Amino acid sequence: MTEYSFLGKSLPRLDAAGKLTGKAQYVADLNIPGMLHGVILRSPYAHARIRRLDVSKACALPGVVAVITAADIPASAGRAIMAEDKVLYGSHPVAAVAAVTREIAEAALGCIEVEYEPLPVVSDGVEAMKPDAPLLHPNLYTESMTGKASTPSNIANFTEFRRGDVEAGFAQAAVVREDTYRTQMIHHGYLEPQACVAQVDSGGKVTIWASVQGAFTFREQLGASLGLPLSRIRVVPMEVGGGFGGKNGMLLGPLCVLLAQKAGRPVRMVMTREEDLRMARPAPPTTITVKLGATREGLLTAAEVTMVYEAGAFASPLPPSGFVTGLSPYCLPNVKVNGYVVVVNKPPVGALRAPGAPQAAFAVECQMDQMAEALGMDPLQFRFKNIVTQGDRALNDLTYARIGFQEVLEKVAQHPNWVRPLEGKYRGRGLACGMWFGGVGSSAATLNINADGTFALLVGSVDLTGTRTIFVQIVAEELGVSPDEVSVVMGDTDTAPYADIAAGSRTTRQMGAAVQQACHDAKAELIRRGAASLGVAEGEVEYRDRRVQMKGHPEKFVSLRDLARASISTAAGPIVGRGASTRPSPAPSLAAHVVDVEVDPETGKVTVLSYTAVQDVGFAINPTMVEGQIQGAVAMGAGWALSEDYIFEDGILQNASLMDYHQPTAADLPMIDTAIVEVPSDNPYGVRGVGEPPIVPSLAAIANAIHKATGVRMSKLPMTSEAVWRAIRAQAKG
Amino acid sequence: MKIPLHITVNGQPREILVEPTRTLLETIRVDLGLTGSKEGCGKGNCGACTVLLNGMAVNSCLVLAVEAEGQEVLTIEGLSQGNRLHPLQQAFLDQGAVQCGFCTPGVLLLAKSLLDTNPHPSEQEIRTAIAGNLCRCTGYDKIVRAIVAASKQKVAP
Amino acid sequence: MNPFEYRRPKTLRETLRLLAAAKDGAKLLAGGTDLLIQLKERRTLPSLVVDIKAIPELQRLEHVSQRGLHLGAAVSLNRVLDYPLLAQHFPILAQACVQLGSLQIRSRASVGGNLCNASPAASTAPSLLCLKAQAVIAGPGGRRRILLEDFFQGPNQTALGKDELLVEVFVPTPSPSSRGCYLQLTQRQEMDIPMVNVACLLTLGRGGRCQQARVALGAVAPTPIRARRAEALLEGHALNSQAIQEAAEAAAKESSPIDDVRASAEYRREMVKVLTRRALQSCLEEAASP
Repeated sequence: MTEYSFLGKSLPRLDAAGKLTGKAQYVADLNIPGMLHGVILRSPYAHARIRRLDVSKACALPGVVAVITAADIPASAGRAIMAEDKVLYGSHPVAAVAAVTREIAEAALGCIEVEYEPLPVVSDGVEAMKPDAPLLHPNLYTESMTGKASTPSNIANFTEFRRGDVEAGFAQAAVVREDTYRTQMIHHGYLEPQACVAQVDSGGKVTIWASVQGAFTFREQLGASLGLPLSRIRVVPMEVGGGFGGKNGMLLGPLCVLLAQKAGRPVRMVMTREEDLRMARPAPPTTITVKLGATREGLLTAAEVTMVYEAGAFASPLPPSGFVTGLSPYCLPNVKVNGYVVVVNKPPVGALRAPGAPQAAFAVECQMDQMAEALGMDPLQFRFKNIVTQGDRALNDLTYARIGFQEVLEKVAQHPNWVRPLEGKYRGRGLACGMWFGGVGSSAATLNINADGTFALLVGSVDLTGTRTIFVQIVAEELGVSPDEVSVVMGDTDTAPYADIAAGSRTTRQMGAAVQQACHDAKAELIRRGAASLGVAEGEVEYRDRRVQMKGHPEKFVSLRDLARASISTAAGPIVGRGASTRPSPAPSLAAHVVDVEVDPETGKVTVLSYTAVQDVGFAINPTMVEGQIQGAVAMGAGWALSEDYIFEDGILQNASLMDYHQPTAADLPMIDTAIVEVPSDNPYGVRGVGEPPIVPSLAAIANAIHKATGVRMSKLPMTSEAVWRAIRAQAKG
Repeated sequence: MKIPLHITVNGQPREILVEPTRTLLETIRVDLGLTGSKEGCGKGNCGACTVLLNGMAVNSCLVLAVEAEGQEVLTIEGLSQGNRLHPLQQAFLDQGAVQCGFCTPGVLLLAKSLLDTNPHPSEQEIRTAIAGNLCRCTGYDKIVRAIVAASKQKVAP
Repeated sequence: MNPFEYRRPKTLRETLRLLAAAKDGAKLLAGGTDLLIQLKERRTLPSLVVDIKAIPELQRLEHVSQRGLHLGAAVSLNRVLDYPLLAQHFPILAQACVQLGSLQIRSRASVGGNLCNASPAASTAPSLLCLKAQAVIAGPGGRRRILLEDFFQGPNQTALGKDELLVEVFVPTPSPSSRGCYLQLTQRQEMDIPMVNVACLLTLGRGGRCQQARVALGAVAPTPIRARRAEALLEGHALNSQAIQEAAEAAAKESSPIDDVRASAEYRREMVKVLTRRALQSCLEEAASP
C-alpha cells in the first residue's frame, strides 16, 4: 500500500475547535434584525377532510405579519408540506404564521378556525394494500415496470426482481424456511431540530440559511417547488447538528420562504422537538417475508422475498434500496423479489442512514441465522459459503468489482470477540452482515494558490462527518504541504462550485475525487509555470517539496512561494486548480457485526454486553473519524433494535418527547469495538463509503444474539423488555 | 412585567431585565448572545442546554431566568481560558469525541461538574453521569474515552 | 409560556398570603423540572408563580437523632443524596433519589416536588410510603401533618388545598434491624420513567421472623400504593422463598395498572410480582449477611 504523509492519519477535526468552544454557528444561532418567527398549525387528525379554514382572526392579531395556507403554495410544492382539502397524517401542516415574537405567532395559531371531518385512518401497510382499504389519494395508481395500474389503490409502487427459477431452486433445497419480519418507524434522532431562516431582498432574491445536508440539492428542490430560477435563490448552509438523511431542508424551507415573501421581512423557523418527532420524515416501517432454500452443504439455492415498505402519507417516486441490498451480499442463483411501497396515514417517510437497508437486512440476516440453525451449521460458516466476491452479480445486476466482503468475514473469524467463548446463562452472541452500495453524483472543487504559496480550497459540500478535515488531508498530501497551510471553506450556492448532497456515504469518495483533481490541476499549472521559468520543457521538471525542480537536478528549481508570488504580479495570472468528479462507480461495502447480549428472562430486559463492528472501508483516510462513524451507527442501530418506536393511536403519535422516544443514552451502551478492513475500491485512494454500512447489520445482529441467549426469535422490532418478555412467555407456554 | 436580574455569567456580573417567563437558556442565548448553549428538546430530556449554575449542572431550558438571581452561571463560552482549551476540551479534540457538535457544549459542562466532584470516575460512573446528555453521532464511545483521558491529566480546576 | 407574575417569598407566612390572594391562580415552583414543562405545554396557566426555594424551612435537611429526617419540600435531590446520613439510615430513599431523571434534573428537582406532582410513577413515593413518611402541610389555619399514604388522592392530585403548601416530608428513622430495597423497571437504564417501581422495608426479628413489613408499589395504580395484602402475608412469618413468592403474587393482585405508551397493564402486573420478589429476596440476603 502507498505510504502517505497525511492520509490514513487521524488528524483532529478542523471544525472541532469551534464546536468545543460554542463558537460554531447553527441556524438557530442566527439573529437578523427585524426577523420574524414562523410557526406551523398542525392537524390533530391523521385523516380528515378540511371543511372550513378561516385565518382571518389570526391575521388580525397585533404582531402577526403573514399567514399562509395551501392557497398560497404552488401545486409544484406538493401537498405533503401543507394540506389542501384533506389532511393525510397527524400534524400535517394546515397553515403557517409569521409574527414578531414566537409567543404571538403561537397565539395566532390558536385563533385559526378549522373544521375537520374525520375520515377512517389507514395505519398499517399490509392492511392498506387490501382492496377494501380506504384510499388516501383518489388518484394514486400503482407504478411498476409494466406501467401504471388502471384502478387507484394505496400501493404507490410495485417493483420486482427475477433471476433464475425460484421453484426449481427450492426444489433443490434440503432446507427451506419462510418467516415474516416487521420493523417500526424511527426518527433520525439528530440533536439539532430542523431550522431555517429566509430573507427576500427588494429584488426578490431569496437567501436561506438552513440546516441541510446539501445546499445545492436544497436549492434545486426549493426552486422547483416554488417556481423560482436557481439564480434567485442563495442557500447558505450552516453547521448541521446531525442529519442522518433527515436534513434536506424541504420540511421548513418552502414555508419559510413563502412567509418571508409575504411578510417582506426575514423569517426564522425552528421546530420544537415535539414537532420534529411528529413532522419529520422518519424511516419507513416494513413487513418483509423471506423464504430461503439451501442444500445440505449450506449453499443457498433460492430466495423469495416480499417486501412492504410503508411510505407514510405521500410516496417518493423511488423504490427503496432495501429491495436490492438485503440479498446482495449472497450468491443466489434463483431469486424472486416483490417490493411494494404503500401509503398510510402516517408522516411521509424519508431517507435515514442507508435508507431501507437495515430493515431488509433485519429480515434476511435473521433468516440466514434460522437457516444455519436448521442446517446445524455455524452462522459465520454459512455466510462464508454464500458470500459474494468479485465478478458475482448483485440483485440490481451490478457486477461486483473488487470487494472486501470475504475479507470482512475473515476478520470476524479471527476477531477475539468472535473467538472467545461467551459464558453465562441467558447470554448470547449474534452475528449479522449488511451491505451498502454507496451513492453516486457530481461535485466540483476549486483550489486557489495564495500569494504566499499556501492554499485555499473552496467546496460546496456540507461537512457532516468531518469531510473538511479529509479534504485538507488530501490537499496537504497531494501538494506536499502541511495541513496548516491549507484552508478550506464550505461555500454557499452563490460562491462555491456545485456539490451533490452529503448523503449516500458519498462525500469523501466523490468530493474527495474532485479535490484530488483540483490538486492535480494546480500542480500541472505549477509545473507549466515552473518549467517556463526554468526555461525547460514541462517533461523535464517535477513538483516536489514545495518546488518545481529539474528531474535529476534538484538544485535547479523554482519554489512554490516564488511561483505563487509571481502569479499575482505577472501576466500569467492567479493559479486556480479545478476539479470535478462525475458519478464515481459504486464502491460496495460490507459490514459485519458481532454482539453479545444478556437477557433478563423475567423482565425481558436486554443488556448489550459487548459490540464489535467490522467493516470494509476501502481505505481509512482518517481512522479516528471512521471509527466515530461506525460507533455512532451502531448506537443508532441499537436504539432501533431495542427501544425506539413511534407509538400511534388513531394515527396520532403518543410518545412525541425524548423522554418517551427512547434513544439510547450512554448508560445503555458498552464501548463499541471497531475493526477496519481495507480492500481498496477503484475510487481515489481506494476509499469506500463509511457512514451508512455500519447501521445495516445492527438490527439483525442484536436479534440473533437475543435468539442465542433465550431461544426466542424476535421477528418484530423494537425488541423492548416487554416484547422479549412476551416472546419468552409464549415460548414457555409452547 | 420585566424584572431586574443580577447574575454572574462566565465570571462577569450582568444586570438585565427579563420577563418572568424567560428561561435561563433564552436569557443566555438571546439576551446575552451566548449561543453556545443549545436547545435540543426544551424539556430537560436531551442535555444540550446544560450549564453550570453555582457549579451544578442544570438543564437551562427548565430554569426560569429569574430563579438564577444572584447566582453564577458557567456556559461553554467560559470554559476555556482565552485561547487555551480546558483539559476536557483538549481531550475531546484529541480523542475525536466531537462530531456534529450540538451535544458537545452540554456534555463538556456536565463532564466538568462530574470531575469537580469525582476527579477519577470509572467508565460506568461516567456513563451514568452523562445519561442526561443525548448524542446521536458518536455512540458515546469517544466521549467516555475523552472524559477518562481528561480525568487522568487534569491538574488545575 | 403564558405570562405570569413571579414572586420569591422568604417566609412561609408571605407565601401563604400570596396563595390566599391568588385564589387558585398560583403555582408553586421548587425545582421546576415538572412545572416548567407544564407551563411550556400550556397545561397549566397560572397568573402567579411562587418560587419557594428562598424559604429557609423548605430548605431544611436535618436528621434529628433517632427520630427522623426533616426533608424540606424544596431541597434538591442532589442535596439529599449528598447528605451523609442518608445512605446509612434511609438506603431505600437514596436508591430512589439516585434513579430519578438525570444528574441535571436531580440538581433541581426536589422530593417535595416529586410528591406534589403526584405522578403514579413518582420515583420517591414507594420508598417514602415504606418509611411511613409524613407530609407536613401549612395552610391558613396553621399546620397539619398527614401520612404520605393519605397525601396522594389520584393522578396528579394531592390532599393539598389550593391555599396550602407542603413544608417538609418527615421521615421517621427506621429500626436499625430493618432491611429494605427499592427497584424500578425502565426501558432505558437511566433517564426514564418507571414502568413499575417497588419498595419494601422489613423489620426482621430472631430466626428471620418478619416483625413488620411494608411493601409499596408505583406506576400500577392511580396513585402510589401500599400492598397491604402482601404486607399481611409477611408480618409474623418467617421470611423464606415461599413467603416471598406469596407476597409477590399478592402484591401483583393488589395492583390495578393500565396500558400506556410505556407498558401494558398485563406486563406491569407481572413485573410487580418479579420486582416485589426480587426486592424481598434482596432483604433476605442482606439480613443473612452480617
